[in-house]
Amino acid sequence: MSIASHAESPGLWVLAWRRFRHDRVGLVSYYIVLLFVALVAASWTGLIASDWEKEVGVSHAPPTFLGPGAVASHIEPAAAPQSLHSDESAESNVIDPLAEVLAEIRGGKPIGAADTGIVDPLADVLAEIRGQSGSASATETQAATLLLGGDKWGRDVLKKVIKGTETSMFVGLAAAALAALLGTVFGAMAGYYGRWIDDLFNWFYSVFTSIPYLLLILSIAAVLNQKGTITVILILGLTGWTGIFRLVRAEYMKHKVREYVQAADAIGASHMRRIFVHILPNVSHVVLVQLSLHVVLFIKSEVVLSFLGFGVGVDTVSWGSMLNEAQTELLIGNWWQLAAATAAMAVMVTAFGLLTDALRDALDPKLK
Amino acid sequence: MSAVDNTPVNKPSENNPLFSIRDLSVSFRIDRTTRLDAVKGISFDIPANSTVALVGESGSGKSVTALAILGLLPKQNSVVASGGRILYRDRNLLALAPDEMRKLRGCDISMIFQEPMSSLNPLFTVGFQLIEVLTEHVGLRDKPARARAIELLREVGIPEPETRIDAYPFQLSGGQQQRVMIAMAIACEPKLLIADEPTTALDVTIQKQILDLIAEVQKRRQMSVLFITHDLAVVGEIADHVIVMRDGEIREQGSVGRIFESPQDSYTQALLLCRPRLGRRPKRLPVIDDFLNRTPAAAPDAPERSRGLRGDEEIVLEVRHLGKSFYSRKGLFGRQEFKAVHDVSFKLPKGKTLGLVGESGSGKTTVGLALMRLHEASSGQVLFDGKDLLSMPPREAMRYKRRIQIIFQNPYSSLNPRFTIGQILMEPMQIHRIGAGEQERRNMAYELLEKVGLPGTSFFKYPHEFSGGQRQRIAIARCLTMKPDVLICDESVSALDVSVQAQVLNLLQDLQDEYGMSYIFISHDLAVVKYMADEVMVMNEGEIVETANSDDIYLNPQHPYTKKLLSSIPKGWQGRTERPLLN
Repeated sequence: MSIASHAESPGLWVLAWRRFRHDRVGLVSYYIVLLFVALVAASWTGLIASDWEKEVGVSHAPPTFLGPGAVASHIEPAAAPQSLHSDESAESNVIDPLAEVLAEIRGGKPIGAADTGIVDPLADVLAEIRGQSGSASATETQAATLLLGGDKWGRDVLKKVIKGTETSMFVGLAAAALAALLGTVFGAMAGYYGRWIDDLFNWFYSVFTSIPYLLLILSIAAVLNQKGTITVILILGLTGWTGIFRLVRAEYMKHKVREYVQAADAIGASHMRRIFVHILPNVSHVVLVQLSLHVVLFIKSEVVLSFLGFGVGVDTVSWGSMLNEAQTELLIGNWWQLAAATAAMAVMVTAFGLLTDALRDALDPKLK
Repeated sequence: MSAVDNTPVNKPSENNPLFSIRDLSVSFRIDRTTRLDAVKGISFDIPANSTVALVGESGSGKSVTALAILGLLPKQNSVVASGGRILYRDRNLLALAPDEMRKLRGCDISMIFQEPMSSLNPLFTVGFQLIEVLTEHVGLRDKPARARAIELLREVGIPEPETRIDAYPFQLSGGQQQRVMIAMAIACEPKLLIADEPTTALDVTIQKQILDLIAEVQKRRQMSVLFITHDLAVVGEIADHVIVMRDGEIREQGSVGRIFESPQDSYTQALLLCRPRLGRRPKRLPVIDDFLNRTPAAAPDAPERSRGLRGDEEIVLEVRHLGKSFYSRKGLFGRQEFKAVHDVSFKLPKGKTLGLVGESGSGKTTVGLALMRLHEASSGQVLFDGKDLLSMPPREAMRYKRRIQIIFQNPYSSLNPRFTIGQILMEPMQIHRIGAGEQERRNMAYELLEKVGLPGTSFFKYPHEFSGGQRQRIAIARCLTMKPDVLICDESVSALDVSVQAQVLNLLQDLQDEYGMSYIFISHDLAVVKYMADEVMVMNEGEIVETANSDDIYLNPQHPYTKKLLSSIPKGWQGRTERPLLN
């Protein structure tokens, strides 16, 4: 470690980075995560995937490598008169156990206008509207296949995945940052001051942890009563700080009696200075590891929330909302949206998880 | 010694030692490229029925040597060079299978450690742990095992062993815990007992008892003891044979008489002389470099410093009836008072040093912390400039805070590991607005680094890059930034090696001479206090039992506790009379 006289000496972060570089798995995960971050940044600034809502392909366009034949003909818009009513309702599903009954009902008793063969009085109007809005673009630009396929409306799944990555990672990072901020500040106060301040935060903590997690999330969602990305971040951040709080509190209790903190007291450093300037850098590795653990946790939670319908709004796409859509698509055998969202999520979450493990090893506080 | 030994080769004698260590080299892998050579090809013998002392400062490789004999080196990062041998009964322990080695451990070779509290399992009674050893290695069970355990506890001097056998470790004092450890170690009649700094964590009065016990057990059981320590005074009392180690090499070995009376190696000479002694007080303590370069400070007739108070000195700090109580809950509403410090009064003259001596739990550290308001005192006054520091509102006290500073015991934990040395030194100046600007503060920091003997490049480094002694210098420099009138040294040199201790003591003395600061020197180490202090206060159980000029108190102690404390100090080779030598 021969360093020029005025060069900065390796601090603990530099030493941690040196250790980290020897961890191959960690380094690969680190680059994968960086790639995702770059993707999110590009998507955020509108460089790519800004036109994800455009219906560039035919409905349920299959991936290019499968060819246009992979999609059943009856799914084509306006291919059969029944499908006018709804794209999905008339699809015959080979594995539907009630298919025969349905067919019987349809062929037998007259129960609905569409089924009796009576012509819809508005059919012409509808067709006209369709012709005006759809045919012009559809006939010219709607592609039969897309690279990773299309969804019900013919939107490009690749672009949706990129946009969904942006939303999901933004939610995960922002919610984890919020949770880490709350957990660190509360934990620092409780651990450092002790006594009634500690009791207060502990009661608060106990109240939060005594409610079943999903119930808590759903009740906060109900209180906020507004769907959207910010809401999801608030829900996850406001419910997720408890674990971080406990750990940070324990670290502060350990550190506040250390001699270096007493020494800071002796030179006249204020409480706030001791909490945030002296102790915080010494427990920051705990916060950092917790932060990245919670990013993974919250990405998954966002998916669950969106899947349950409490997640991001309809005008936003996230991995969770894609999986929610894929639910119905899968019934007609369209797997590509599910595959794309799952693959992106699996790679990201695994890479981030491994990165966290590597970080924890590298930041292991060997203070020498 | 044992009649069943029928092979003549195995019979231990002077010519055929119990253990022979030959060319032992141990290195540790730090990372992929760096290796640390902890032990560099050492050879020595441990004769039967004798005590061999392995002496050295931290990092000398003495503990690593002991672990190698026990086969307890960490497998994942230690490398024992193939040429080395540890011979015991014609077997090379380094080549032994792990299973066989485990059988030897605890049976033929056993060990006691420095920290008795962390070596005993707190969840089990001492009897359970002792019987476990007997069951494992001797095959005794149930009633006979219990009877044997009681017998062992009696042998190591535990009072009322029949009831104490069911005590948990925390119910015993530190000295008694170490006795239990010794009982466990000798349970299987080992041939070799390895004692790794067994008395370092203990108070001086307890240390004496444990040393006597080890010597007694060694003699009665006719076993050998490998005694690892940094303290030459202890060595002089207990060892037959001394091995001095430094940086993984043996500097000198020989019988205890020869090492103490005519040491050949300059390092051994330095070790013997750089520790303050009760009899002499040279102006400067000699340090290792003095011996290696043969400078005058090393001469035995170097000028001495006279200490003591005349009684007409200017007083900077006066403490009146200081008290500090801790409360523990008792029952639902009651509380129990524990008086850590009770009615302590003293005056601190300007430019002089007040020594505060006592064993652990005597309240000496609490006095120091209460003076600085790091602990809230329960009663009393601390008069500084005619004002009571303790009754001041915190904001006003801030102005006085910088004038009383403290240096803590452990230099490894008193510096914030995430700050550079520059930040550490400049922070107090920023808080107290000392110096006109950043540039001036920076210059002052550089000046202070030079003053405490550290290079200017240290400014950008982090604490973990420094050794213990250097860190203590940084802590001293941090205090000096505030130009304090009073400096409290709370066991400030106790965690340091002997040679480093001498350097830091010299530095403290130089700074006192230059700045005229007053010191309150808190220590359990009577020799160091005798060297540094003008006046000495002896504390016991929260109260001051005796105060006198330092020369008087050592020559003519009045209080029985002071007498007991002084008589417990290891006298080293000179003080050893009662035990006859083997060679």
